[in-house]
Amino acid sequence: MHALHDVFAPYGPQAGEVRALWLLTLVVCLIVFAAVLAALAIALWRAPRSGSDARSAPDLSGLRRPEPGTRRSVVAAVVASTLLLLVLIVASVFTDRALARLSTEGALRLEVTAHQWWWEVRYVEPQVADNFITANEIHVPTGRPVIVTLKADDVIHSFWVPSLAGKKDLIPGRTSTFHFRADHDGVYRGQCAEFCGFQHALMAFFVVADPPERYADWAAAQRHSASDALDEQQLRGRSVFLRSSCAMCHAIDGTSAQAVRGPNLTHVASRGTLAAGALANTPEDLKRWIADPQKIKPGTNMPASALSSEDMDALVGFLQALR
Amino acid sequence: MNAPDHAPRSRLKDGPGGGSREAAALDDTWRDPPGLLGWLAAVNHKSIARRFIVTTFAFFVAGGILALIMRLQLARPNAHIVGPDLYNQLFTMHGSTMMFLFAVPVMQAVAVYLVPLMLGTRSVAFPRLNAFAYWIFLFGGLMLYAAFAFNAGPDAGWFSYVPLAGPDYSPGKRVDFWAQMITFTELSALLEAIVIITTVFKLRAPGMTLNRIPLFVWAMMVTAFMVLFAMPSVMLASTMLIMDRLVGTHFYNPAEGGDVVLWQHLFWFFGHPEVYLIFLPGLGFLSAIIPTFAKRPIYGYTALVLALIATAFLAFGLWVHHMFAANLPELGKSFFTAASMLIAIPSAVQIFCWIATLGSGRLDFRTPLLFVLGFFFILVLGGMTGIMLASVPLDLQVHDTYFVVAHLHYVLIGGAVFPLFGAFYYWFPKFTGRLMSERLGRWNFWLFFIGFNAAFFPMHLLGFQGMPRRVYTYQAGLGWDGMNLIATIGAFVIALSVLLFIVNALRSLRRGVEAGDNPWGAGTLEWATASPPPPCNFYAIPVVHGREPLWVQPRVKSDGPEEGGQPAFTHVSGLAADARELLATTVLDARPDLRLNFPDPTIWPLVSAIAVTVLFIGSIFTPWAVVWGSIPIAIALTAWFWPRRPETLLHLSLERRP
Repeated sequence: MHALHDVFAPYGPQAGEVRALWLLTLVVCLIVFAAVLAALAIALWRAPRSGSDARSAPDLSGLRRPEPGTRRSVVAAVVASTLLLLVLIVASVFTDRALARLSTEGALRLEVTAHQWWWEVRYVEPQVADNFITANEIHVPTGRPVIVTLKADDVIHSFWVPSLAGKKDLIPGRTSTFHFRADHDGVYRGQCAEFCGFQHALMAFFVVADPPERYADWAAAQRHSASDALDEQQLRGRSVFLRSSCAMCHAIDGTSAQAVRGPNLTHVASRGTLAAGALANTPEDLKRWIADPQKIKPGTNMPASALSSEDMDALVGFLQALR
Repeated sequence: MNAPDHAPRSRLKDGPGGGSREAAALDDTWRDPPGLLGWLAAVNHKSIARRFIVTTFAFFVAGGILALIMRLQLARPNAHIVGPDLYNQLFTMHGSTMMFLFAVPVMQAVAVYLVPLMLGTRSVAFPRLNAFAYWIFLFGGLMLYAAFAFNAGPDAGWFSYVPLAGPDYSPGKRVDFWAQMITFTELSALLEAIVIITTVFKLRAPGMTLNRIPLFVWAMMVTAFMVLFAMPSVMLASTMLIMDRLVGTHFYNPAEGGDVVLWQHLFWFFGHPEVYLIFLPGLGFLSAIIPTFAKRPIYGYTALVLALIATAFLAFGLWVHHMFAANLPELGKSFFTAASMLIAIPSAVQIFCWIATLGSGRLDFRTPLLFVLGFFFILVLGGMTGIMLASVPLDLQVHDTYFVVAHLHYVLIGGAVFPLFGAFYYWFPKFTGRLMSERLGRWNFWLFFIGFNAAFFPMHLLGFQGMPRRVYTYQAGLGWDGMNLIATIGAFVIALSVLLFIVNALRSLRRGVEAGDNPWGAGTLEWATASPPPPCNFYAIPVVHGREPLWVQPRVKSDGPEEGGQPAFTHVSGLAADARELLATTVLDARPDLRLNFPDPTIWPLVSAIAVTVLFIGSIFTPWAVVWGSIPIAIALTAWFWPRRPETLLHLSLERRP
């Protein structure tokens, strides 16, 4: 799944503000860096060489008379650095204000809960009946602000989509909120940014920004179960799911599987990736994942499932039907 | 300054007029006892410091090897050289080693060697405590590596954030070893800080007023004060972590009213000053090296001292910039942005003063000066990225990415390791009596400089492209492959340069050019004695007449150092040559104050350190170790301080009554 993840490729107002501040800071810092190195180069170039004779006498004239020229240069350099720093502090504070002032009128509300090592996403609608749950993939409408409530289930994680906004930690025992807006449709990659144990490296998620109509269609589909019209093979797969260990952790709406330990699989086939971005969502990868998750994400909480190849085919067929 | 002459005639006295008999007596008095037992009982500051420096350097090499394994793993996407379990141990061990077992202690170790020589005295204050601090440090470091060897190396990061490091998510003893390593090393650092502060305050040669103290000594004293305020915070935090893990307290458990952010405040209240603990000694090295190779006194001595002190104060006011992504009030964060940016000002003052010194001097381009110039390039670049990280909005984009990895290595390697290598080349002749090879030194420098930039510059760009820190692998197709490969190649070039350094040091130890007392024509007191210095450092304690005592020609009855008049007194005489007697001076003006009797070598600091080690390691497994373990410690400390009759008689005989 190709997705953008670059601080310098902003597709939302938050990341855009930060990029503008970055350009200002970069220019100021480059000028200062160049000026310091130039001053050093000039100093080295002008100063005479003493040769390696240790006995050549040191120049002690500085002890007896002041060095007004040197003093002027040093003071001027310090004053200039201080003024430039003040410019950067002011610019930083103004950017901070601009970030905090993003309009949240008519915002979409989400609740993201981080787990070791996946993301649970709950859409919180005005009507409770319209709420739904998904995992590792967040669909948002373009142009509409999104307010995210951040929670952590186990350890500290951090929510970061570089192309849309800066990051925010998800801290056990503390709830925080975070807002962003995606102005262009596209797929933006995000990743956990706070070290969270074995699979911190493979804890990605995706923000899919769609035009509002397409988003509305997607949300409507998410609210309905996908396990109604199944063929015989898929029905067998469903019974494999329900009688094996799968159902102890995962939920699929429309079946009796309602556990909340692992990602909700109601529409698993509609997602672009598996296992928090670790695998593409193909039947082959899904089989590999179910058969031996520890090989793909060592340390993951999902156990291996020893299924006969017929059962495995049926199960994967069933899961692939959950669009 | 000549001592009044009413001491008992029979006793040998030191002084400028002393002959070989006095010199031999002084050597015998201050030398460590012979044999293995004597080696273990040594308290001479130079013996302890040599061991300390070699030990910290061994940890530096070990931490570097861990980094090479990590770079191999990250050279290609989806590599399988190490798995996440080992990788997490590797980066935790690397960070903990470099911060706790190398960067801070190596500076203190060099200081323990140099400070008494620069101050013109024969020992550090509390020499037995100094030995104890070394043994504690050694045992703490060995414990950590022993745990790692038995697959119980800590794996929750050098910052050990709870709840990941807490009892629920890090079962087993791995994090306990980390937390107890903190107790060991911070205890050692606190003791060394006390040793250094007391030495600087009370043992300076007469005439070395506060405004004549060498800048390296100033830097180490300011650092030592920072240690006193910063280290207790992390010791407290790690002790609370151990208690959460071992006896079921809930300091960090939100379910029982604890708070996970408390850990972050306590840790970074130590953790940010820690950066300056590492950086300030590096600045001190520069202020020692630059005047020597520019052949002039440093420009802006007072400004440099005030800049060191300002940095130390500000360093305690910016810890929150490590926590901008946590859920904290916005207004508070702006304060920390301003503080984090303002700390650049004292650093700028120092950099401009050094450039002024270089520009108005006559330059001698030797290897130490090359490392200083490398410092300018790398540290200034690291400072610029630091300013970016101080800004809340910019930080929220690059926090916890490879951009921060690049930044911190630019600051710490540029700000501390380059000056440290320069310092090794500079003082190696004083430590060993022989010069290091200039040719290998230049290779060492250029390989380090190029390898460093190849390894760490690409990491800035990786951070912008979204690569988080502390990942054991990454997927193909994210655009991170090429830059990671370059970084790995750079890391191996650094390794090659460090290898060259070791070869250079070992070869020069045997075959280097004889250095003589003062090979660089430097002006501070450590160059006034033989290389390597005799056990007593100075056969006569010097009297100081300027900031660079070896450069000024002291005369009395005149206002300038080079004008006419009679030669001033240059040395103190009258201290006992056959007993460990030292002159203490006043804190501000270094006027002679009193004579002190220093303790003899003894095995008890080592025995006490072993007893403390047993308690610390035992308390990883059972809280009762604190109860029963305190008994051997009490016995060892009692033996350590038990008054001995010959010593008492000696002190009585040296005591002077009006």
